[in-house]
Amino acid sequence: MNLRKYLKVYKKFFHTSLASELEYKTNILVDLITAILSLIGSIFLLSIFFQNNGYIGGWKFEQALIIQGIYTILNGITNTWFNPNLTEIVKHIREGTLDFVLLKPIDSQFFISLKKINPSGFLEIMLGFFLLLFCIKINQINLSLSFLTLSLITISCSICILYSLWFFISTTTIWFVKTWNAIEVLRSFLYIGRFPLNSFSFSLRVFFSVFIPIAFITTIPSEVFLGLSQLWKILLEVIVASVFLITSRKFWLYALKFYSSASS
Amino acid sequence: MLEYRVEIALWAISGIIPFFMLNIWTNNNLNESINISDVLLSRYFLCAFFVRQFSVVWVVFSFEEDSLMGKVSPYLIQPLNPFFRYFAQHLAEQITRFPFALIIAFFFFIFNPESIWIPNLGILLLSIVSTFLSFLIQFLIQSIVACLCFWTEKASSIERLLFIPTLFFSGLLAPVVSFPEYVKSWIYLTPFPYLIDFPANLLSGNETNISGGLSMQILWIFLLFPLFKKIWSEGTKKYTAMGS
Repeated sequence: MNLRKYLKVYKKFFHTSLASELEYKTNILVDLITAILSLIGSIFLLSIFFQNNGYIGGWKFEQALIIQGIYTILNGITNTWFNPNLTEIVKHIREGTLDFVLLKPIDSQFFISLKKINPSGFLEIMLGFFLLLFCIKINQINLSLSFLTLSLITISCSICILYSLWFFISTTTIWFVKTWNAIEVLRSFLYIGRFPLNSFSFSLRVFFSVFIPIAFITTIPSEVFLGLSQLWKILLEVIVASVFLITSRKFWLYALKFYSSASS
Repeated sequence: MLEYRVEIALWAISGIIPFFMLNIWTNNNLNESINISDVLLSRYFLCAFFVRQFSVVWVVFSFEEDSLMGKVSPYLIQPLNPFFRYFAQHLAEQITRFPFALIIAFFFFIFNPESIWIPNLGILLLSIVSTFLSFLIQFLIQSIVACLCFWTEKASSIERLLFIPTLFFSGLLAPVVSFPEYVKSWIYLTPFPYLIDFPANLLSGNETNISGGLSMQILWIFLLFPLFKKIWSEGTKKYTAMGS
């Protein structure tokens, strides 16, 4: 019953925020062009890296494109859901409107994570998807049931990790009030996800798999695409994702104890 | 500005993308093909970081917020162009950012001791001038975009669009020398390489055409400034405070 209620509420969220975003039609058009140019730019950068080298970190150009595709999908998801909602937390806390969220007979994390939507991110998701289809063709990947399930599992784990990272940083707003710049730092770190992990030096590789698990977000799903990934890596990603999700949830509930509304 | 120390420190950290790029370049020996030694390349990216730190502009976001909140109306009555206000804000924040940038440079040299160098005074002064000119170009471009707020209300999405070529063509992620020929043939006619690539090359001691670069920067400022004045006077005529 509960699930049904949440689905129903989500449908309403979706409709209202889509309607309000569609008010700014030129804005959406400009965002669409931005998404396309941004993908072209990243591929251009990648082609500079590969212009005189066949391999980077053991990846061929065609294989590195898979990482771009997955990154583009994840970035689209970030722009559609995480960015518009989780930056709103900052506003809720500064203006004290979080009170109204907490009073509602619905889970507060659900409300603040999914209230808004930015439709221009959809195009990025689609672009990434087409790029992936193209990669499947040029890398001659055989589609099979196990391949599909494994890639679905790893990509959903990546989404969970990404969401938890965003949510985690936004939650710290309860103490620090202004966290815009912390989000900027996260964004710049996530930028690394466009490149294969092996192309970095050892110390950075350790940093990006232990402290900020960006390695898990794009590299492991891409390895699954190429059929290179070992089972333990996939299992590890599942474990990391669930640990992140649970901790971010616990952290939110813990942080709420310190919330004292604005000007009190 | 000093009230927001942590903020500004985080801002400085968020600019470290050039260092990640450097890591990819040197770790895969990509620089061999473009004939730049490891040391010069690491200096280049360090300088790119510095130039970026002191030429970041966000006037369009401030102006958009002020214009949506109706704060622009009182500014317009004052006998000073409101953009001077934003200009002063930017300068103040750049000065506060300086110590943090130095700390990051210090850590960079701990990890890359071989890339320590001391540019001579003339070059240092020239690169400060060219960084400031780069800041001016970006400030003018963004102010022009910000003036579009008078027509569209949400001008920041146009800024995000313009940011894409700035990101990929300015030399922040890869030095312009490494670009393929079909891009290099026209890129030097656009303002982008003069935003980061030119001042960073100058400061790091890489090969660059000093007088050509500086004159292109000044040329772009002379082209953009009248455009800004024009769009500003058109925009203020068009302006109606929110709700009227």
